[in-house]
Amino acid sequence: MMTQNDAYISIRNVNKFFGSFQAINDVSIDIRQGEFFSLLGASGCGKTTLLRMLAGFETPTSGEIYIDGQPMSEVPPHQRPVNMVFQSYAIFPHLNVRDNIAYGLRKQKLPKTKRNELVDEMLELIKLPKYGDRKANQLSGGQRQRIALARALILRPKVLLLDEPLGALDKQLREQMQLELRALQKTVGITFVFVTHDQEEALTLSDRIAVMADGRDLQVDTPTLLYESPATREVASFIGTMNFFDGKVTDVVEGTADINVKGLGQVLTKNFGPKLHPGDDVCIAIRPEKLNLTKSEPQDAGNKIQGLMDKAAYLGERSHFYVGLDGVAQPVAISAQNRQRSEGVPEEKRPVWISWEDNAFVVLEKG
Amino acid sequence: MSSKSYIRRPNRPLQIYAAIFLIVLYVPVLFLPLFSFNDSIYVKFPLTGFTTQWYVELFHREPVWAALMNSIKVGVTTSIIATGFGVFAAKAITRYRIPGRGPIIGFIMLPLVVPGIIFGVALLVLLSQLGVPLSLYTVTIGHIIVCLPFSIATLIPRFEGFDPSVEEASADLGENAWWTFWRVTFPIVFPGVLASLLLTFTVSFDEFIMAFFLSGTDPTLPMYIWGQLRFPQEFPSILAMASIILLVSFILVFIGQWINRDAQAKTLANEEK
Repeated sequence: MMTQNDAYISIRNVNKFFGSFQAINDVSIDIRQGEFFSLLGASGCGKTTLLRMLAGFETPTSGEIYIDGQPMSEVPPHQRPVNMVFQSYAIFPHLNVRDNIAYGLRKQKLPKTKRNELVDEMLELIKLPKYGDRKANQLSGGQRQRIALARALILRPKVLLLDEPLGALDKQLREQMQLELRALQKTVGITFVFVTHDQEEALTLSDRIAVMADGRDLQVDTPTLLYESPATREVASFIGTMNFFDGKVTDVVEGTADINVKGLGQVLTKNFGPKLHPGDDVCIAIRPEKLNLTKSEPQDAGNKIQGLMDKAAYLGERSHFYVGLDGVAQPVAISAQNRQRSEGVPEEKRPVWISWEDNAFVVLEKG
Repeated sequence: MSSKSYIRRPNRPLQIYAAIFLIVLYVPVLFLPLFSFNDSIYVKFPLTGFTTQWYVELFHREPVWAALMNSIKVGVTTSIIATGFGVFAAKAITRYRIPGRGPIIGFIMLPLVVPGIIFGVALLVLLSQLGVPLSLYTVTIGHIIVCLPFSIATLIPRFEGFDPSVEEASADLGENAWWTFWRVTFPIVFPGVLASLLLTFTVSFDEFIMAFFLSGTDPTLPMYIWGQLRFPQEFPSILAMASIILLVSFILVFIGQWINRDAQAKTLANEEK
């Protein structure tokens, strides 16, 4: 657990109601200084509401938000040490690029030359040095996004809030901007709080991610831990694809659990939470890419089972297979890279073998 | 392949209808300038000859100019106050969650449909009960009521046409509500404000019924014109004046529409989404 001093932004037991609808349900999250932190969830999960509460556009119904140790509930948006990049970018349509970027500098009463210098620096940083005199309506989506970023960064905020800033961009530009955003965050060293519904984007960019659903924070962890050791079935199914099985713990010895899994037999794994006792009913899960598919019985694998190929989908760089197992309702999903040419793809309705490494399974909390 | 889409293809009967509509609407109006240049005090065909004498005569009549100045004073005051209220009303209507929003908008827009005579009589009763003497001030009050819906109706599309998050962005970048209004909101709605000023001025300038009930000894221009209709020899210069007013009104309304054109285009574009 993190100590209170560690947290730069501390969200403490925050609830938010819109009328009778509860948008945020007792959320507590700590965000460290200089961290790239993502709020990940499907639309309507409360991630944007939480971000808007950090910016000050919504006030918590109960609970408190601290930024740099200061309680924020009485601080209006224009006095908070945070700046935001809006989903729509919110570029001022009546101002040119320079004036958009310099908008927040009015209060600093800088001499004109100093101000121009700062704006030039920013234009350089976002790689649009010649665009200063353009009007907002002469800009593409990617350019608007960068200007929204520059406009916020020029004020050197302690925290930068980003509300799905890449959502409106096409795939290629989006991937390019992801890399640039990550590089930029490393350069300026500001704490980023990033809202997205795109799990891939969150995994690529973030130091840590909070997975949210129905206004609750389900799990806060690094991308690797979220993917490899999701705490609950909800988190596991939201990030990537997951195969779930029912099982019963037969034994727990020296950090290894022996679990009798329906349809698979005995499975050994070290990946489980603290509370696991023999006799517990558990949900156990494995990622599709952690399963190997072979047409004949693999001789060198210890963990294997025979099944019936249900469906195969060829996706170019990889293929997805669905294999039926006795005693398991859902066909098991398997993802394999197509290293060889596709002559070897197993046909449908043929017996195949599935095998897996030790500790490939993860035990999830029931619920 | 034709470049015209199903919706955009030309429609002959509709074009003819539009032409007839415009003719019926504007030809009668064109008789005013026509007879204002006619060399006879009687408004009837055939025309007897060309003259600018009525215009010259108009320029030498003191009461006309006094009435014109009264109308301009009332019009300018009305347009500024009505547009000022209109800006706040339009912002409130488009930006805030107000309980009973629909009925409130309905009440604000009511003067558009309630006969002016009812408002005129009501205000007259109220003002005389309060002991307020009738003057150009009372006319101005009446005109503000008449003009407010026009102002709001002009401004609402302008407020709806821009993304409310730009106001949030301004707050986020450190400006309070006052500065946000002057640095972001007002510049963006400014074309709408100009259009509203022009439109409300025109409405006030033309308004007769409220002025009839609420003016004291100083007549507005429409009141003065109405008063002169009893004297046939005055009539041609009234025609001359009407022609001038017509021209100026057209110019003002066109300028207003032209200034506000991109707001309307934006509203249309939003509807198409």
